[in-house]
Amino acid sequence: MEKIMSLYQLQKVFFEINRNPAIQRRAKEDFAGLLTDYDLTDEERDALLKEDIGLLYVMGVNGQLLMHFAALCGVGWSDYLEKMREGTRVYGPVRAGVYTMTTGLNEKVAGQ
Amino acid sequence: MSLVFAGVCSHAPGITSRAEIADPALRDPFYAGLDQLREALEASKPDTLIVVAGEHFGNFFMNNMPAFALGMGDYYEGPIEDEAFLKIKRRRIPGNAELSYRLIKAMMNEIDVTYCEEWKFDHGIAVPLHFLTPRYDLAVIPANINCQGPPLAPLHRAWAFGEAIRHAADALPERIALVGTGGISHWPCTPDSGKINEVWDREFLGRWTSNDKAALLSYTDEETYRDGGQGAFEIRTFISVAGAAGGKGNLLHYAPIPIFAVGCTAATMAIV
Repeated sequence: MEKIMSLYQLQKVFFEINRNPAIQRRAKEDFAGLLTDYDLTDEERDALLKEDIGLLYVMGVNGQLLMHFAALCGVGWSDYLEKMREGTRVYGPVRAGVYTMTTGLNEKVAGQ
Repeated sequence: MSLVFAGVCSHAPGITSRAEIADPALRDPFYAGLDQLREALEASKPDTLIVVAGEHFGNFFMNNMPAFALGMGDYYEGPIEDEAFLKIKRRRIPGNAELSYRLIKAMMNEIDVTYCEEWKFDHGIAVPLHFLTPRYDLAVIPANINCQGPPLAPLHRAWAFGEAIRHAADALPERIALVGTGGISHWPCTPDSGKINEVWDREFLGRWTSNDKAALLSYTDEETYRDGGQGAFEIRTFISVAGAAGGKGNLLHYAPIPIFAVGCTAATMAIV
């Protein structure tokens, strides 16, 4: 049977990486190996391995979790906002959760 | 002694992390409002400060998400965020486990509370403390209302949480201060970060400063999400303070500051 998306398992990866330095180190050394500990779909695993912030946002990852992962990946604040916006451009609207984008694709909000 | 101080303020990470790129004409009056809040807090000569925040997965996750939680440690650590990002140095913050124990035990007569002997402060507490207790010499008791992972406790339970703090504090010999942090409208960590609904914020602040319980509790989560964004679920922290204090609010500062991604607020509330 095809596995359906597990937003809970996906978000758990971020929760544990963000708050646990030992898991952060493991993620840096062998991210693919670390991800075998989680019950993820192929799309979720690929998005994580590619650090595809836009797709992870569209999948519904809570922004409070994704923000810190983006920082760990070396993505700055304004680039992080743009990657989420780009994600909705490429992959469509946010699929789950309460962090949906409410402005239009061409609107730039922050720092105005 | 009793509850001796009640106030609220914003806690957005941009308040410290993006301080240097903010327009001083917007930033400095807000910082002055936070200074006024600190001075009022200090003048109340508290023995401890309860900070009610809506945390952001520093401690709690959807595997085990308490609706209401209080810290019960002799110390805490924070901020959990990268120090260079938040521009607040990570440190130990003093607590008072024995006082927490008595407070929580009394509150449990009215409301079910999760207690936590370990707690890592995120920006929801670390940013307010940076301004309000800059010497980190006041014992802090962290409190949390789940504002992140629905289902969330309804607003009338946030009010009851505040009332439970009040009743417990009034029965203790110590002088207890209370600060709620968060909201009001904002869309943090989304592409809409920086969007602020000033009209909605001012309407909420009007209800809050007049301590109009019925009006404060009349928001549905659907309305709040539509008009104030997912960040506005944190009105629960302000509502808990209104339930605890019982008096009128005194708005020290409110102004939308998009680079801080929130309508920046500082206010006290009379305790009656």
